[in-house]
This record gives sequence, structure tokens and C-alpha cells, in this order.
Amino acid sequence: MNADMLRVKGVSKSFGGIKAVDNCNLNVERKSIVGLIGPNGAGKSTLFEIITGFEQPDAGEVFFRNENVVGLPSFKIARQGLVRTFQIPQALNKMTVLENMMLGPQLQRGEKIWNVLLRWPQVKKEERAVREKALSVLDFFDLLPMADEYAGALSGGQKKLLSLARTLMTDPEMLLLDEPFAGVNPTLSKKLIGHIHELKEEGITFLIIEHGIPYIMELSDTVYVLNKGEIMTSGEPGDVISDRCVLEAYLGDTDAQGG
Amino acid sequence: MIDYLVTILLIAGIYAIFALGLNLEWGFTGLLNFGHVGFMAVGAYTTVLLSMNNGVPLLLSVLAGMVLAGLLGAFLGIPTLKLRADYLAIVTIGFSEILRYLLLNEEWLTNGPIGLCGFPRPFQDLVPIQSYNLFFLVVVLSVLVIIYSGIELLIRSPWGRVLKSIRENEEIATSLGKHVFSYKVQSLALGSMIAALAGSLLAFYLQYINPRNFMPIETFYAWIIVVLGGSGNNKGVLLGAVLFWGFFSGSRFAQEYLPLSPTQVGSMRVMFIGLMLIILMMFRPQGILGKKEELSLER
Ligand SMILES: Nc1ncnc2c1ncn2[C@@H]1O[C@H](COP(=O)(O)OP(=O)(O)OP(=O)(O)O)[C@@H](O)[C@H]1O
Ligand SMILES: [Mg+2]
Repeated sequence: MNADMLRVKGVSKSFGGIKAVDNCNLNVERKSIVGLIGPNGAGKSTLFEIITGFEQPDAGEVFFRNENVVGLPSFKIARQGLVRTFQIPQALNKMTVLENMMLGPQLQRGEKIWNVLLRWPQVKKEERAVREKALSVLDFFDLLPMADEYAGALSGGQKKLLSLARTLMTDPEMLLLDEPFAGVNPTLSKKLIGHIHELKEEGITFLIIEHGIPYIMELSDTVYVLNKGEIMTSGEPGDVISDRCVLEAYLGDTDAQGG
Repeated sequence: MIDYLVTILLIAGIYAIFALGLNLEWGFTGLLNFGHVGFMAVGAYTTVLLSMNNGVPLLLSVLAGMVLAGLLGAFLGIPTLKLRADYLAIVTIGFSEILRYLLLNEEWLTNGPIGLCGFPRPFQDLVPIQSYNLFFLVVVLSVLVIIYSGIELLIRSPWGRVLKSIRENEEIATSLGKHVFSYKVQSLALGSMIAALAGSLLAFYLQYINPRNFMPIETFYAWIIVVLGGSGNNKGVLLGAVLFWGFFSGSRFAQEYLPLSPTQVGSMRVMFIGLMLIILMMFRPQGILGKKEELSLER
């Protein structure tokens, strides 16, 4: 048995001629925070799509808690507790912020039509609990004043926050966050980083794509660098960031390190 | 005059039920069903054939029509609902036309273009014939109240929340562990059952059914009613149905005062409905009861 929460083994994926992900290997230990960085178009988001079943890999395996999840439909992977957010801020626009949140919890009783028609009191009771929880999570994310607004009226940054908050409603085992701080103001980002650390202590495992190097330094236990579809290097954040090749990949310029 | 009003309300009530089914599919789930009338025909013919030839009790034959329509809805949805939205539109319109041709040609069963009449109506022995329409109006309105309240309950429940999330963004729904496909099938099946119920009521009201009652235009009447009132707004559907049939029947009066033949008035009517829709789209694209704010929230 393996202690890793997530193991990606030899995963490849091409779109037409482009090798978006090329023979990637990546491990995420239980209760750790792993950062995934790399230049634009490196294949980070594509790797997320594959892990969460939104895309099928051409080759390779993805083990979540020692079970190969390749081929499982994405909603089933989510139900196992492996939940992702999207890079482009998206919300359920014509639903309120609160409704967005209340959609989160998995396998709610009232999501079955028979229970709605025949067990209304139980559904109602569960609904109250879900609502309480949603409100308290919204409060944490400074979104409480927006609870009854349409989610479509939120700014891009607020939509990012909402999608992170919504994943927390699912009681996840592991979260895959695609650029969670893009467009979020620095103060709130700091607060979020603190909260992600707390959630880690509570037992949630994270894999986070982020371009902001300072955020990655503060957050991660381990960092992987993806470049042109391949894992270039991995290790402690401090070591990886000072790696010459990494800087080269990011800046396309060897001299940048010295300058 | 009262008789006239009763007739308008009857047909408006039946079409309100019919359009509520479509609104569940389109307004709340985002499914494009262009063959809604096919399920209405299934309800009408199943009810009539079972009760007339086989002596099945009326309530049972209505339920049988609904179950059959629900199964057919699921049957059409299963191969198409995983594909892009327009596939469902093509398959449903194809289904409703194939069904109509079957009804026209399988004369041994449906009596072809001549259609079926002389079938039993609910409580026909107890209610005097002069007041039957009034009685039947009460029946239709009661069914309408039940269907309306049922749908409202469902769409305000967590089940309805999942439907709405699918309408808004399937990927988000999936990423939260919702089995999008299964909910789409449920929505289509339920909407089809409601259409079948409207079909049975229509048969009782008309006392005579034939395939021409189920032309594709009937589907678009339901669409007009939904768009007129405001997609995703059940109250709007009720209002839309009354306005639509009020106008539709009112234009018959016009015939007496206009120097036009009945065919010409019929064409004028369609033109006028088209014109009204264009004006609506210009000034109130969200429908009469739709919420303006929602328009600016499209993705
Ligand atoms: N569905 C798709 N069809 C075709 N090409 C795709 C698709 N998805 C991704 N690609 C291509 O795969 C490559 C990797 O894209 P990906 O979105 O994974 O990069 P990324 O590392 O997330 O970049 P960024 O930091 O800009 O978000 C790109 O060249 C992209 O154009
Ligand atoms: Mg990306």
C-alpha cells in the first residue's frame, strides 16, 4: 500500500499534433500541499482535466487512494472526494450565490425526486443544515453580503472565491485548484493561504496550479515544474524556484538568474 | 358568452399544462425539445384506445399514456442527451413527425386520418351534457393547480437546483459530483409525462381526435407560450397560455368584421403572432414575467 493520495503515472495526452502532456509522473502525499507551476501552455490545466476525468489520457494511469480512476466518469471521481476548480472563473450565473453554494454537498437526499415528493420534512431539514453551512463558508470568504445576488453579478475575483468556497461544501478529500488566486486581491489571498493551511491540518490534500511564485513558496510542501508537457523537476519550493532551468523555462532567458 | 369564455379557459388550461412540461425541460434544464407535441399525441391516443376498445378505466388509461410518454422521453433522451443540445432538438422533432405518420397510416389501430371519436369522457353519465364543459373546466383547472404546485415544489428542491445548475453550466455540475445525464433524462421524461396528461385532457375536450391535432405547430404554440411569459417562470407560462389563446380565439371575432375569408384570417393570425413576438423580443426579450437582470447574466 502506498501513503500517497494521488499518483499520476506515465500520463500522456495529445491534441492533434500538440503533446499537451507528455509522460507525466507526479505524487501527492496525503495531507500535503503540492504546487504545480510552469509557463503558459505547459499542460498544467490539461493534467487537471485528465486527473478529474474531464479528459481521457492517451496513456498512463491516475491512482486516487490506490484506485485507478482513469475511465471513471468525472462525476464519480468527484463523488470519491477528488474535486477540482476551473481556471476560467465560472459561476452558475442565473442562480444566487447561496444557491451556488448549496449545490455543493454531494448526494443530498433532496436531489432524488422521490425523496422530494415523499419525504419532504427530511429534505427540508437537510436543506436547513446545508444553508447554515453555506452561509458560514460564505462569511469566511467575505461573500456573505452577496449571498442573495445572482452569481453572474460577481466580479471575476469573486467568482474565483465562490468556486473555491463551493468545492468546500462537497466535503472533499482532495482539492485541485487551478490558479485560485488569479484576480483575488492580495489581502484576501493571504487570508486564503492561511485557510488552506488550516484545511490541510483538518486532513484535506491539495494540488494547486499557480503562477504567483510567492504564493507557491508560502503554500507548498512540494513543487512540480511542468514545461512543454513534461515534468522538468520537482522538490522543495526553495530548491525548485532557485533552479536555473526553471527560471529559464519561465523567462526564456538564462541570464535572468544573475540579473 | 359564458360558453365562449369557458372554451377559451379550457383550451388555455390544457395548453398551460402542456407548456409547463416544456418549461421544465427548457426553462429549468436547458433542453431543446422541438417535438413536445409527439408526447401529447401519445397521451391522447393511448388514453382513447385503452378506454374505448379495452374498457380500461379512464384514470388508468390516462396514467398509462403518461407512463408510455415518460418511457419514450427517456428512450429518446438516452442516445442524444450526452451529445450537443441540438441533437435532442432534431431527434424529438423527427420523433413527433414519425409518430404522426404512424397515426395516419396504421389505420387498423388509429383509424388513420379519420381519427377516433365516441370514446368515453370522465363522469359523462353524471354530468348533464349542457354543463359538461363547465364541469370539465373545473377538472382541467384542478389538474393545472396540481401540476403547477408539483413543479414549483420540485424546482425549489435540491433536485430542481441540480436541474438549474445543468442549465447554467454542465461542467460545474459535473465537477460537484452531479450525474448530469441522469437529471436530463429525468427532466425530459417528466416533461413528456406532463405533455401526455395534457394530451388526454385535450382528447376529452375535443371528443374527437385525429393526427391533424398533433401537427408540429402545436409544439411551437407551447414554445410561444413559454417565451411570451418568460422561460423558467411558471407563472409566466400560465399568463402566456391565457394571452395566447385569448388572442387566438379573439381573432375569430375579427373575421365577422373583416372582409377576409377564413383562410386569410388564419394566415393573418399567424402573421400577427409573429409580429407580436418580434415586438416582445425588442422591448421585453425576457418575456412578460421574466426577470430583466437575468438577461445580462448570459455567459
Ligand atoms: N481541448 C483542447 N483542444 C486542443 N488543444 C488543447 C486543448 N486543451 C489544451 N490544449 C493545448 O494544450 C496545451 C496545454 O494547455 P493547458 O491549458 O494545459 O496549459 P496550462 O499549463 O494550463 O497553461 P496556462 O498557464 O496558460 O493556463 C496548449 O498548447 C493548449 O493549446
Ligand atoms: Mg491552465
